[in-house]
Amino acid sequence: MYQIIKQILKTGIRTETPPQPDDALRVEAQRLQQQILRHVGRALTIRHVDAGSCNGCELEIHALNNAYYNIEGLGIRFVASPRHADMLLVTGPVSRHMEIALRRTYDATPEPKLVVAVGDCGCDGGLFSPNNSCGDKGESYASCGRIANVIPVDVAVPGCPPTPIMLMQAILTAITSGGKT
Amino acid sequence: MRHGRVDATRFRDLCAQVHRDGGRLVALWGSDERAREAGYALHVSLVSADGMLCLTLAVSAEQPDYPDISDLFPAASRMQRAVADLLGLHAGGADDQRKWLRHASWPDYVYPLRKDFDDSCAHPTETDAYGFVTVTGDGVHEIPVGPVHAGIIEPGHFRFSIIGDRVLRLEERLGYKHKGIEKRFEGMSTEQGAKLAGRVSGDSTVAYAWAYAMAVESIAAITPPDQALWLRALFLERERIANHLGDQGYLGNDVALSFGFAQFWILKEQVLRNNAALFGHRYLMDRIIPGGVAVGLKMQDKRVIEEECSMLERELSLLRGIYEEHAGVQDRFIGAGRVAPPLAAQLGLCGLPGRASAQAWDMRVQFPCAPYDKLNVRMATHHNGDVAARVTVRFDELFESLRLQREILINLIGGDELSLLVKQLPGNAFGIGMVEGWRGEVMVAIHSDASGKPGRVHPHDPSWQNWPVIEHAIINNIVPDFPLINKSFNLSYAGQDL
Repeated sequence: MYQIIKQILKTGIRTETPPQPDDALRVEAQRLQQQILRHVGRALTIRHVDAGSCNGCELEIHALNNAYYNIEGLGIRFVASPRHADMLLVTGPVSRHMEIALRRTYDATPEPKLVVAVGDCGCDGGLFSPNNSCGDKGESYASCGRIANVIPVDVAVPGCPPTPIMLMQAILTAITSGGKT
Repeated sequence: MRHGRVDATRFRDLCAQVHRDGGRLVALWGSDERAREAGYALHVSLVSADGMLCLTLAVSAEQPDYPDISDLFPAASRMQRAVADLLGLHAGGADDQRKWLRHASWPDYVYPLRKDFDDSCAHPTETDAYGFVTVTGDGVHEIPVGPVHAGIIEPGHFRFSIIGDRVLRLEERLGYKHKGIEKRFEGMSTEQGAKLAGRVSGDSTVAYAWAYAMAVESIAAITPPDQALWLRALFLERERIANHLGDQGYLGNDVALSFGFAQFWILKEQVLRNNAALFGHRYLMDRIIPGGVAVGLKMQDKRVIEEECSMLERELSLLRGIYEEHAGVQDRFIGAGRVAPPLAAQLGLCGLPGRASAQAWDMRVQFPCAPYDKLNVRMATHHNGDVAARVTVRFDELFESLRLQREILINLIGGDELSLLVKQLPGNAFGIGMVEGWRGEVMVAIHSDASGKPGRVHPHDPSWQNWPVIEHAIINNIVPDFPLINKSFNLSYAGQDL
């Protein structure tokens, strides 16, 4: 116990200043009223859904919980059920085998809800999308392409994978009013 | 590595011989050869104390069957089922003929990896009926979990049959992340393929990129510059360090020592930040390219890594002491999810969990590719095969990787040449690359097409071998220990689902 306390004291507080929201990441005009956002923004719950990623984006989502980014310090928490969530943080592309599970997760999330699509693949299907006869939606026999092909997306953050700072920026953008009208 | 074409009898005989000699199956995959000769081909790669052996068996188009080897190597079962789903080749007489990677998105009479497959989006779907094994008896009930799990984890389905809190049986159903990676490789250039290979399993991007590059280089018959080889080893060890640090943190977290998560993830973040500062990417994606590496290390920056090594050695010694002396932690670690060495050997458990169950295989030791042949890696093993053993092996491997980093830095003597130009590959050639990633051996096989593009690329993750073993590791443990046991293996879903 003495060793643990000593190490905690020695480590100190590593948390850094969070980034500012960035309206360029918005896909949709802000749908939620400012009043709702003001409440959500101070106690946001997120359900993460991996809809078919390479697991790279997940590494950075994990990192949001480390002492440097300390996302819980901003009142933002990851929860175990979509029924407890205000926001879905979805990585992709959406594999066809995950399409139903993603739709059901979305339906199980109570209104008002927000969706943030994560990573290049979440934004446009990424490397897993062939340029085929399905047009530019990035579908293949096994992939539905970008997240927005399956559920409505509010904010999309590119990157392979997006850094924790970019992820925080996307989450904060979604819960800040403003943007495209 | 030896590679030979064999007939069905010889195929079985050689597999049986490798099995008798204590060897293992690494990978099993198929290819559509109708464009260059009649029919299809089935390929296996095996390792034994004698070295690596790769066999190619011709399979007729009229009757696409080949001999089952899952009786020799149980790990072959799911690979054979995947070949049936994707290519329509069947292992004659295999016990388990259920689908594996196919769910409901395409019907059982079309095969995505056949060259005449229409890779547009429209295929008739069906209802996804899957014959789970049902356990019956007094007081038995089922807990289905997933595909969407309760944490920040990849998707998969687990079905527990339990009495009270005790697990009688676990059945896994994977394939949810199947996004057609092998089909995507078809027609890609060598460079595009390198990027895709680096995204088969994002946490092992260095291992996959290196194995892919190694396969390309063996076909092109070139050897990258020395400097590039040393940098590749540096990247691979840094990937191992980052992932092991993350796992040690989560293993503490899973037994309610959140202090462990906080501490180890501070260390991991520092490694990632150094990666970004020195090499331009936190996870080193696309830093290894066919022919060499994309980025060098400035001599004055060596100091940064040396200081990082000293810091990690100091902190890890301290944290290891805390984990080992913490009664609550050890109570949960010791005896949980035990895979006894004979079972591990029978099932072909490989990589880090294999070494924690006395399966002493490490590609860096037995079959070292350059520059590991100059590094004299010390393999970490344990014989208890429980969560505690896997934690111990991770600590040992962390310290060894830090030692290797220092050795590598001594050998990095500078030089401008970081890569060789890879010209057009020869057509219809075969190459294989294999690297000991942090999880275990990662293999990439390339069969170039007639025009010299990579064509048929098969990436293989060690998780193929290790997932079935978790079904055994959990037996007689309690349900609440499953997350801990699962984490102690930390297998890849993406790498297996392809």
